Amino acid sequence: MTPGAVPLDLAGLGFEQGAHLLLRRALERVPPGGRVAVRGTDPALPAHLAAWCRHEGHTVRPAPPGEAPVRAHVRRGDAAPARWAGAERAGGPEPGRAAGRAPLHWGLAARGALVEAGGPVVPFTLTERDQVWTDLAPRLYRQAAAAQWDPLTAVPWEADFTLPDEVEAAVVQVMTYLVENEQAALVIPARLLVQVHPHFREVLQLLAVQAADEARHVEVFTRRALLKDGRMGTSSAGGRASLASLLTEPEFSLASFLLSVLGEGSFLALLSFLERHAPDPVTRRISRLVHQDEARHVAFGMGHLEHRAGVDPRLRGRLRAAVERRHDALAGTAGLNRDVSDALVLLAAGSWEPAAIARGWHAVQRLQAEMDQGRRHRLTRLGFPDDEAAALSALHTRNFM
Amino acid sequence: MSDLLLGAVAYDPKVVTIWSGFRTWLLSRNLPFDFVLYAHYERQAEDLVAGRIDAAWHSPLAWLRTRRLARAAGVEVRPLVMRDTDRDLTSVVVVRADAPVATVADLKGETVAVGAADSPQATLLPLHHLGELGLVAGVDFHVLRHDTGVGLHGDHLGGERDAARALMAGEATAACMVDAGHLLFGREGILPPGATRLLTRTAPYDHCVLAAGPTLGPERGERLTELLLSMSYADPEVRHLLDLEGLTRWLPGRESGFARLGAAIDALGLYDADGRITADGHRP
Repeated sequence: MTPGAVPLDLAGLGFEQGAHLLLRRALERVPPGGRVAVRGTDPALPAHLAAWCRHEGHTVRPAPPGEAPVRAHVRRGDAAPARWAGAERAGGPEPGRAAGRAPLHWGLAARGALVEAGGPVVPFTLTERDQVWTDLAPRLYRQAAAAQWDPLTAVPWEADFTLPDEVEAAVVQVMTYLVENEQAALVIPARLLVQVHPHFREVLQLLAVQAADEARHVEVFTRRALLKDGRMGTSSAGGRASLASLLTEPEFSLASFLLSVLGEGSFLALLSFLERHAPDPVTRRISRLVHQDEARHVAFGMGHLEHRAGVDPRLRGRLRAAVERRHDALAGTAGLNRDVSDALVLLAAGSWEPAAIARGWHAVQRLQAEMDQGRRHRLTRLGFPDDEAAALSALHTRNFM
Repeated sequence: MSDLLLGAVAYDPKVVTIWSGFRTWLLSRNLPFDFVLYAHYERQAEDLVAGRIDAAWHSPLAWLRTRRLARAAGVEVRPLVMRDTDRDLTSVVVVRADAPVATVADLKGETVAVGAADSPQATLLPLHHLGELGLVAGVDFHVLRHDTGVGLHGDHLGGERDAARALMAGEATAACMVDAGHLLFGREGILPPGATRLLTRTAPYDHCVLAAGPTLGPERGERLTELLLSMSYADPEVRHLLDLEGLTRWLPGRESGFARLGAAIDALGLYDADGRITADGHRP
């Protein structure tokens, strides 16, 4: 045996069956220029060893007869380590070690992976941590993953109930309205998701589950609407205009603010209202389930905006401008579908008796006040003074979302 | 300095990626460089000698024909660089493991599958090798040719892959291929591990070479050589191109590895001494 050569016995293993893995492993244990003394019984070994080493940049020499059973010496080339020259770690795997800015050439590499230089640039729009991040993201994702419910089994679809026709129609109308709102709430996180550099994977995971939540909400609201009569209610031009204006906001933080903090935040009060006044067990159950999911969406939006406000003092000015812009854009529209507001009153009233309608009307007034209080509270948490929070809340769309 | 114009044969779509990438890299190092693609090596060899291109990325066969054409025309050609993977290849003649063929002599009267007529590694060199061992192709054994990609000088591995298939299908007693092809077809499952046996192996020979024609003066030739030799596998800008082209570094061109192929051309009558195509029906 030549001194200094690392021995490798391939036994009967051939190069078309994985012998190269053993040789590569042995070569990794010697420095470039170092040698591995190869023995093995595969008849094709000399030819295959030569072909493989040539391709990998190693040199091979037959062993002198006196060294039998060693059949060849492989001298390590320097191509393999050269491949990793200039490689870098893509941050650290833990959320706390995410990079402040994720370079585009990291592309789809796992966070913390050793990234070979020279890969393709993938043009993600959002590459700075502060543009998308909240420290809550990992925890919220875990909660979201654990709290997924099955629309088929989580709702008592077989419950035996029959509502007066007009009350059933009111439920159908509210469900129809909720479907279009939830479709907006599905599309927006899906659009934001594709912009975020995958380095910030917890944000992607959370947005993905958020979109999946909305997909389930669309399903259960549709199913409740069709449960008795098989027909949907109306969709007003004003309501759709309000939702369409949400889709036009391209900036991550502003879209998150309008959708999650103001829109879904207002919906928390609406879903509580529906659970309280639901005339049947199916409507009550789905209102409760959806409320749990929406609360998480609001928490993510708030967490992100609190994080960003902490690093960007100009954020609040841009949030204010976004609310004002949307208000101006919607100034000429009708706001909430009148069929929806009437339906909410009837659901809270329970009948067409004048006294009941008065109670229903009062309940809807109280709902709107609760929505306003919630928005003001969240705006205050984001650092707006009370008077400005009140003014901005008042500019929020009359369509609730 | 006018553009240095290189010819390359488009045997695969990746050739565009490789030479476009090399072109960008060379231009960024102030070498005016352009390339043209040929459908086959015969025209590329003729154009190099005629001065229509300055350099050519040549198969070994194209290099030998270029040498002969240049000698006949009285012009100078020279090898500049080759890949590290172009040195010391071997070809193998394999039989099925259970075949009653113990030595090369047992191939007498049998059928031997080869690649395309102009493949150095899968036809010319192994047939010449068998001739040296006493068996004359077409006389002592029948040759089953697989003429995929004629004119590509065997760069298209399709011919030798078909030869391997013919061996396993029982259409031939032996098949010829480059050593790396035998390994590759084993991994592809065409030649299941253990199903074949190496009957004989050629002496080492060299493969492709980047050749300079009469229009490439010393200064530009040296500049191109120097730049290619400086390409590093550690450079991410070119590493993927080197991977595609199948090398880890460029080495100086050498002429010592083509003697057997030259002898094979003469023995099998592909080109004459002036580089004219003499093989019957050789139509790239």
